[in-house]
Formats: sequence, structure tokens, C-alpha cells
Amino acid sequence: MSANKGASVVVIGGGVTGLSTAFWLAEAGVDVLVLERGIVGWEASGRNGGGCSHHHSPLFAEEQRLWPMMDQLLGYPTEFVPNRIRIALSPDQYTLYGRAVVNARKQGFHADELDPQQVRDLVPLAGDNVFAGHYYHFGGHANPHRTVQAYAWAIRDRGGRVKQHVTVTGFQRAGDRVTAVETDQGSFGCDHLVIAAGPQTSRLAALLEVDIPMRAARAEMIVTEPLPLMPLGGIDGNGLYGRQTLRGNLAYGGGPHEWVETEDLPGGPRPSTPLSGSIAKRLAQLLPKAAHARVIRSWGGIIENTPDGRPVLDRPAPWANLTAGSLSGVGFGLSPASGRALAQLVTDGACDFADLSSLRLDRFSQLEPNWAELQGWLPGGLATV
Amino acid sequence: MTIDPRSVTGKRLEIAHHIQVLVIGAGPAGISAARRAHQGGADVMLVDENPVPFDVMGESVPQIWGGRMGGQVRNRNAMTERMLEARPDLVELFELGVDVRLGTACWGLFSNQPNLGWMPGLVAGLIDDEQGSYHVRADQIIVATGRRDMGLAFPGWDLPGVLGASAAATLAGLYGAFDGKRAVILGSGPEALLAAQDLMAAGVQITAVVEQAASPLAPQLAAGLQAHGVEIICGQAPRGVNSDAGGVTGLILRDRQIDCDSVLLGVGAVPMIDLLQAAGARCGFDNDRSGFVPTLDKGLQTTLAGIRAAGDCAGIWAAKSADPALARSEGEAAANAALAAIGLSKHAPADLATPPHAPDMGRYRKDWVRATVVEALAEMPVCQCEEVTAREILEVRPPRYLKMPPVANETRSLTQILGDGPPDPDQVKRLTRAGMGPCQGRRCREQIQALLALQEDLALGAVPLAGYRSPVRPMTLTAATAPEDPAIAEIWDSWFGMPRQWVPFWDVEPKYTVAALATEKEHVSE
Ligand SMILES: Cc1cc2nc3c(=O)[nH]c(=O)nc-3n(C[C@H](O)[C@H](O)[C@H](O)COP(=O)(O)OP(=O)(O)OC[C@H]3O[C@@H](n4cnc5c(N)ncnc54)[C@H](O)[C@@H]3O)c2cc1C
Repeated sequence: MSANKGASVVVIGGGVTGLSTAFWLAEAGVDVLVLERGIVGWEASGRNGGGCSHHHSPLFAEEQRLWPMMDQLLGYPTEFVPNRIRIALSPDQYTLYGRAVVNARKQGFHADELDPQQVRDLVPLAGDNVFAGHYYHFGGHANPHRTVQAYAWAIRDRGGRVKQHVTVTGFQRAGDRVTAVETDQGSFGCDHLVIAAGPQTSRLAALLEVDIPMRAARAEMIVTEPLPLMPLGGIDGNGLYGRQTLRGNLAYGGGPHEWVETEDLPGGPRPSTPLSGSIAKRLAQLLPKAAHARVIRSWGGIIENTPDGRPVLDRPAPWANLTAGSLSGVGFGLSPASGRALAQLVTDGACDFADLSSLRLDRFSQLEPNWAELQGWLPGGLATV
Repeated sequence: MTIDPRSVTGKRLEIAHHIQVLVIGAGPAGISAARRAHQGGADVMLVDENPVPFDVMGESVPQIWGGRMGGQVRNRNAMTERMLEARPDLVELFELGVDVRLGTACWGLFSNQPNLGWMPGLVAGLIDDEQGSYHVRADQIIVATGRRDMGLAFPGWDLPGVLGASAAATLAGLYGAFDGKRAVILGSGPEALLAAQDLMAAGVQITAVVEQAASPLAPQLAAGLQAHGVEIICGQAPRGVNSDAGGVTGLILRDRQIDCDSVLLGVGAVPMIDLLQAAGARCGFDNDRSGFVPTLDKGLQTTLAGIRAAGDCAGIWAAKSADPALARSEGEAAANAALAAIGLSKHAPADLATPPHAPDMGRYRKDWVRATVVEALAEMPVCQCEEVTAREILEVRPPRYLKMPPVANETRSLTQILGDGPPDPDQVKRLTRAGMGPCQGRRCREQIQALLALQEDLALGAVPLAGYRSPVRPMTLTAATAPEDPAIAEIWDSWFGMPRQWVPFWDVEPKYTVAALATEKEHVSE
């Protein structure tokens, strides 16, 4: 037996998905414990672009509703800033970016078309190469580090617990219930279990004979030294996502990813590669007046991906007290809404503000067993010269 | 096999040169490594970032130059010539036909490992003034990047004239361009006092050595300096500086002031492991080797196959600082192991000198930080780039530009603020921005480690290392742009380019199958 104090709900994973879920549970007065194998936000949740514009998702409306209130709700800054300007340097890019606008408008959100001069007026670092742009009156961006910690502090302030440096290794069960999680530091009893372990979600769910098809990939970003603030920081385009931070740094990513094997142990390297040069090149094209800015860091993060690249938010059968949440690479921006949805799945078994049917696990019931191979998602590992 | 077209699989990394042995750093260890590898029949490239471009030096890269670079540093050709004069053994390598590249910085090393598999072999990112950034491939890499100085904050330490002791020795010895005449040195360990000796030999007057401890750490060296008129002041720490428009004009101690134009930070010589750690080589804290150093095997190989370390970046201790022969033999041993690895020779690994058990270096550094940073009478930045004070670091305050009310952390322990486990400098960095600026944490990293250890009453080595990230030398977006496989441009997408990821939720199939992808839907990019 373990001397550990369990909780009514145990959440595995101190990334934005698990933390937001725990925040909403704690907010509702539920006794919640988050177990994180490293420090909070050490994985993708602390390494992403901070973008909050997921126009394709059933959680979009809630994402847009919640972000402007998150600082207030959590009691700590997230550095959320609304709106975004997307710059196209070519007609092709403009067509591509225009489709996102169509989706958003369909859901009642607004966007303006911008001509090159309007772009340059709004984006002082833009140059003569602008083809056109869009101004989104929705979306925006926040600071991932600050947001992660804000969730963690808000959980603490509401009586919830976040335990770091605890690795979940297995489960105890009784009939159709998970009764405890086993960790490298003993077991923790639970009435309900939430698995929100990013790329590890699939491996952990498999221990409960639940099949969540997933593969992990690495993506990279670069950041420059601070530059004078532009009127709006949410500037991207030219095949890049990212933002100017409130401090003034340009933080951008985009381009090829690499399929990798996720390793079991925490703290391993999260390498970045010479792709940083390719991102730098495109950033200098997007914002030519920043070409002199120095790149001072790059980083890589490991991303959870389901076969269609869409989240899984579900209560997998046959378990009576299990909830699984994997955001499939779009998890930061959606986190206020995904956590709220997952918290409702835990307490009510259903979400009352969004239609989650397209995010259910059984959409994969007819999936080809060798889907990863068919999609070319197996780690290449084959160095090319 | 199907290939995800938007992944790196099948993409080529543009490689400018493929050599057998790349040596990074042309100090005693690097030069010996390059010479030995060349003699052993290998095709060798030796790079060294010196002379560092003037504007890069202005960012305290890779040393805390403290604005005391003489104007002649702007003349790169003159500096290169001067460097060759100072290192005749480098000229010899040129003459032997080794590809020696000065003014060439290595900003990143890349090797396949968990979570990374698309490198064609060991890859180094290099940058110079003419070409900008480019990639070279090497069968073996020997990192001999040397040391840098631990920063130490006191009121005024951000003014011109406060610089690292090794930085000053490099300016005076290698560049012949130290813009200072009268210096006070902080710290009395062997590294500091040996730097003082070198500076005196280069014509710099060392007025005093200031030590917070009750007696000098290296008493014999101290006595030697004293005999040459250097005052040894113990039990004191800097309280501030006097200054004019040109920077420091004097150092203020508790009850006296010392005229000087330079204050040299000599409280800690730190192995320069940035490239290695950023590459993913395992590094651990070793008291006897002056801090975090790479874990090495007998052939001086790091945990990344084919990447080796030699010289100060593999560990600094008194005897090694006093006698470059130790670094040289490490360089040779690393080269021999590299030669053996590529089948050019068979050498049994040499028995290298190892450091004796050293006094508690962690305690010494913590004592300095307590005496100087914690007990400072005025607020000053510990992180100069982001202007973060010790108090802001220890309370994990959101940065000032957010203009937030305080987060009520004054009365909380770091464990309460940061969660279980030793306080992690990376977590502190993410929240306070301390260490996030253009100097890439070179000036504040070790101080923050000591501050966190002091606050939680931990041994220095119990606080984890704040991670390094490539590029470990800042470079402009333009210069960072390296040659690229055209196939990368063809498939470039802002995110993964998955056929269904951004399709609106009302338009996706109820059941997802790979076969259904045959029906194309309009691809939306994030
Ligand atoms: C470079 C990059 C850019 C991105 N840009 C954006 C963007 O702009 N907008 C956006 O919305 N999304 C973006 N994303 C995606 C987003 O970051 C992720 O979708 C999101 O962070 C996933 O959060 P998570 O909490 O589900 O997973 P994670 O952040 O991976 O968290 C899972 C946590 O579970 C812990 N864990 C795993 N196994 C165990 C175990 N056995 N025991 C205990 N703990 C365990 C892990 O340590 C980890 O902290 C980006 C990602 C990357 C890498």
C-alpha cells in the first residue's frame, strides 16, 4: 500500500491539456491531483508558438470566448493579445490563407482583406514584397510559459495539487474502474483518471487496453533578440506561424517536421536542427526590416499526432471512470476550451457547450492497422546524404 | 515505403565540406588535437571564432568583454595577424596545410539521437563574416572551446570596465587590445591569479585582489603577486563602482575605494560547454572540474558518438590552468581516439591527468554571490539583458513590462512557487526572463544557479543546469540563412500539412481512414 494521498480525480500530464482540465475541475470544487514526470510545461506546452486561432475546431467559439478572460479567471498573466495579421507574399499563399478566413466567417467571426500598403502601415517590419494580407478580428496569441504556470498556480490557489517529477508507470483496476495510478513514487488512488500525457497518451492508454492511434513528431522554432514593439504582435504568414512577444522578440516556426520515437524517460534532449536556418530565411522575407535582428535561440518540441491530426477528447470504453485528452498538435490555443470540455466529460460525461462528436475515438474504428506506414509517419532514421 | 512529403525524410542537408576531423577552438588543446589528427593522416579543419566581430563582442559573446575592447579590434585583418603572432603553433598548422579558419564560429553541433534522425552524420553549423552560415560534416569532432568567466552582479557591474578575468587576459594576450591600464581582480583562486599574472606580463597594472573569504584561495600565487606590489584584500566584496562617461574609475568596498579603470571578474572559471550541451551530450556537475562538464569516456568521447571534448571545456583545475601541457595532452588523446575511430591508427587510450579533489567550489561561488549579490545595498540587474534583479528572480516575478501587480510570492518558498524538485533555472528563466537575452545567459547563468541554491539551502550542483540552445552564438536572420535543399521549399508549410487537420469540423468524414484521403479536400494551412 502507498502512503501517498490520492485524489478524487488524478490527471496524468502537466502540459496545458492536463493543467487546464485540472484548473476547471478545481474551479468546480473537485479534489484534483496532476502528476507530471518533469516540470510543468516542459514538453510541447512550453515550446509552442502560442497561437490561439483554431477556426476548424468545434472548440473554436469557446477558445475565442475564453481567451480574453483567462488572465482574470486564472489570476495570473498569460500575455494573451487578441487578433492577428496574416501576410501573403504570393497569390498562392493568399489563396491558402483565404480559406481559413472563409471558415471563420462561417462561424460568425470577422476578417478584413488588406492591400500591401495597409499591411505595411500596420506592420512596420513588413517590406515591399507583400502581396496582400488579412486582418483577423479573432484569434491571437499568448505566452506559453506564462500560461502553463498560470494554470498551475490557479490550481494551487483552488486547493488542487500539482506534483512534479512523478512518472506514471501503470494502473490498478477493479472491474471496469481504474482505482489507482502506479508511479515511480508509489501509487495514488483515484475515483476518476484523466490521461493527458501528450505523446505518451497512447502508450499509457494501451496499458488499459485502450487503443489511441498516435505518432510523435518534432517541430522547431527560432527566436530573435527583442525589437521595438509593432502595434500588433500577432503577425505571421509566408509559411510561418508565430508572433512578436510582448517583450519584442520575434518567435517563429514552420516547415518540415520529423517523425520520431518518443522515449519513455523525461529530461532527454529536445534537439533542434539546422532547419533553424530555413526558418530564419523565411522570417527575413516576411519581415525584411527585421533582417538584421539576431537569432538568439532555437528549440524543438515533441508533438502528439492522431492519424487525422485532430484531437481526441473522449471517455474510452470499457472504462467507467477514464477520460482521455490528446490535442494532436493544436493544443495550446485550444487549452482553455479543451480543459473545460474534458472537465465536463469527467464530471458530467458530456460537454454542454460544443459538439465533440468529431473528436471521438471511435472515428478510428475503421482505420487501417498500418495507417502510420501508409501515411509515411514512421521515423525515417535513414539519413540522406 | 510511403514518405510523408512534408517531413524531413528524404530532404538533403546542404553540406559545404565533408572532413574527417573537425576541431573547434584553437587554444592549446585544439591546436594539439588538430596537429595530431593531421599527422595521423586525417583531413582536418580547425575553426576558431577569434577574432570575434566587434558588434558581437558588444553583446558579451562569447566572453564578458565589458566594453574594454580597444578600437583596433574593429580591424579584423590586424586582429587575425595579431592572433597568429600570439600563437605561432597556429601558423605552423597553416603551413602544414591544415584548413584553419579564423573568425569562424561554430554555432551548433548536430548528431542523430533519440528525437532526431535526419542528420547525414555529425554536422556542425559554422558562420563567418563572408559566407554567413553554412554546414560542414565531419566523421569526428573535437570540441576545445575553452572557458569563460562567471558573472557576478554588484551595483555598477553593467558599466564599461567590468569584465571577465579570462576575457581581459584574452584581450591583452591574444588581441593585444585590452583597453585598460589599472585593474582590480575579484577572486583569489588559481584561475584568477594566473590571469592576473598574465595581465601583468602584458603590461596591465593589477592594483589589488579582492576576496570575500578570510584568506586567499591560492595563497602561494597570492604571495607571489603581493611581492610584485599587488594588494591582497580579504573579507571584502564590491559594493559599487565610481564611474565617468568612459565607465569604471574605481571600485567601492565597504570602507574604502580603489582607483582602477577595470574590475575583473575572477570568482569562477567556467568550462564552455554550450555547444556540447546544446547538441545533447550529457553534462554533469563536477566540483573538481569547476562546474558542469560533459561526461567523457577514456577517449574523451561525450555521450554522443564521435563528439569529443578536450581542454578547459572538459574541466578546469589549478594544475591544468597553470600548465597548458595538460590541455595539449588532452587534445592529442582526443585526436588519437578520433584517428582510431576512423581507422587511421591504433592507439591505446592515454592515461590523462585527472583533477585532485578540490575544495568545495560550489560553496565558494555561493559565498561570493551571498556577499556581493544578496548583500548588495542597491538593486541591480543580475540578468543584464533582461534587467532582472535577484529579488525578482527569487520571487519569480513576472517581468516588469507586463506591469502586473505582484503575484504574492514574497512569502513563498521556491518549492511552493515552482513545484516539487530542486528549483530549475529553466523554469525561472521562462517566468522571469532572466537568462533569456542576447548574451544567451553567459553573464547570469552561474549566479542564478548560486542564488537558487542559496535560497533553498542546496549544494550548488543540486540545482540543474540551465539548458543551452543553438545557435550558441547570436547571428542575424540574414546571416543565419544557410543553403537549403530546394525540396524543402517545395513542400514548405507552416504546420504539418496533413490533409484533414484544418478541414472545418462540419466537413470531415465520420470515420477516418487513410483510403478516404483519396477524396481531396481543400487544404488549409494553419
Ligand atoms: C514547436 C511547436 C509549436 C507549436 N505551436 C502551436 C501553436 O501555435 N498553437 C497551438 O495551439 N499549438 C501549438 N503547438 C502544439 C501544442 O504545443 C500541443 O498541442 C500542446 O502543448 C499539447 O499539450 P498537452 O498538455 O496535451 O501535451 P504535452 O505538452 O506534451 O504535455 C504532456 C505532459 O505529460 C507528461 N507525461 C507524459 N508521460 C507521463 C507519465 N508517464 N507520467 C507523468 N507525466 C507524464 C509530460 O512530461 C508532459 O509534460 C506547437 C507545438 C510545438 C512543439
